[in-house]
Amino acid sequence: MLFKILEVYARPDFPEKLRQHIVLSLVALLVAIAIAMPVALLIRNTRVGALIAINIGNIGRAVPSLAILALALPFFGIGFGSALVALTALAIPPILINASTGLREVNKDVISAARGMGLSGGQILARIQLPIAAPVIFAGIRTSAVQTVASATLATFIGGGGLGDLIVEGYSRRGPEILLAGALAVAILAIITEIGFGILERVFTPKGLKIAQKRGS
Amino acid sequence: MSNPALLLLQDVLDEPKLIDWEWIKDNFWEDIVPAIQGHIFLSVISVAVALAIALPVGILSARYRKAYPPVTFVTGVLYSIPSLALFAILISIPGVAIGPSPVIIALVAYSLLILIRNTVAGLDSVPPETKDAARGMGLTDRQILFRVELPLALPIIVAGIRIATVTIIGIATIGAYINGGGLGTLIFDGIGRQFPTMIIAGAVLATALAIIADLLLLALERYLRPWARVRRT
Repeated sequence: MLFKILEVYARPDFPEKLRQHIVLSLVALLVAIAIAMPVALLIRNTRVGALIAINIGNIGRAVPSLAILALALPFFGIGFGSALVALTALAIPPILINASTGLREVNKDVISAARGMGLSGGQILARIQLPIAAPVIFAGIRTSAVQTVASATLATFIGGGGLGDLIVEGYSRRGPEILLAGALAVAILAIITEIGFGILERVFTPKGLKIAQKRGS
Repeated sequence: MSNPALLLLQDVLDEPKLIDWEWIKDNFWEDIVPAIQGHIFLSVISVAVALAIALPVGILSARYRKAYPPVTFVTGVLYSIPSLALFAILISIPGVAIGPSPVIIALVAYSLLILIRNTVAGLDSVPPETKDAARGMGLTDRQILFRVELPLALPIIVAGIRIATVTIIGIATIGAYINGGGLGTLIFDGIGRQFPTMIIAGAVLATALAIIADLLLLALERYLRPWARVRRT
């Protein structure tokens, strides 16, 4: 069985499926960051903004990923682009909710101190709020990334390609080795994403914050 | 008609009917209601089984701290495997047939991390003084667990049940692919027949189910936290 699975990975179309999966996930994640981060920055000082972010986050959690992908079908048609739109929509809520709460939870005294030192609003954002909120923001991006890689598996149902193609092929043609090869590739990709973004999260935690965390624990 | 946005709009307008109410009326009792029932069945069974595993494991992990990191590692790996992949792996196991059983196994696997984590967090949130007071009153360890720790941890455990339930209701839709039943059946049939009404009905009902479950469990969480309610008023 193992040999048969490896044979699937040696197929000429496997690199293409893998590439599609990664491109789908990565582009959706980047576009979602590009949309969610400015919104989080814009609403960081308003109460209504926080409420909106939390509600978008909650609704985003409640809408099944398959539902979003399937709904893209009647509106945007079959294919890669349609899957990309759906995956982007799925990737936004975790980033938005974490960025918004992360920025809001920066200690007010710290901001007052920075203002007292003569820092401008932009400087406070760049040098105080963003670095302190960075771990929380990255946790949101990590959640979103893992979720996007998982949901990209479903892109196959609307003709978006990716590794899900192998699962569907194996399932419909009753080829257990193709089914397992696809499933294992997706699972490994998801776990690599989880670990990789975990490392990124640690890298982007400012040194001072790490010391504070250690003292706290 | 060179503007792609307009073309897109035209496509949607050309669609004879995005929602065919006639179809919904005609198939309400044969297709839609059983799908809702199947979905609730899958979700309730999965959460119940997951709780039966997660509560004892969580209580033990809170007691014997060394067991906690390996438990979160294993359940964490399970949690990060994409659902369609997990379904595929499960039905590849000899003796596991397609149908509701592998779907329930996968849904249970997904809820374990959330439920165990919240059980431990809930038990950790009980102040040591409270436990000391209970011990001073002559309660045994078992009495302390059931009469003091678990009731105080309950709101956090229910918060975990809430997150797990909403997650499960979403993932259960994908289970329809391996004949698990539920609202995903409408979505997949809709994709197969190129019939938007079925897709929309399945998607909207699954979302509604998740939101209703979320609100009900939120109400339960509030009810179990009388001290928070008092502060609010």
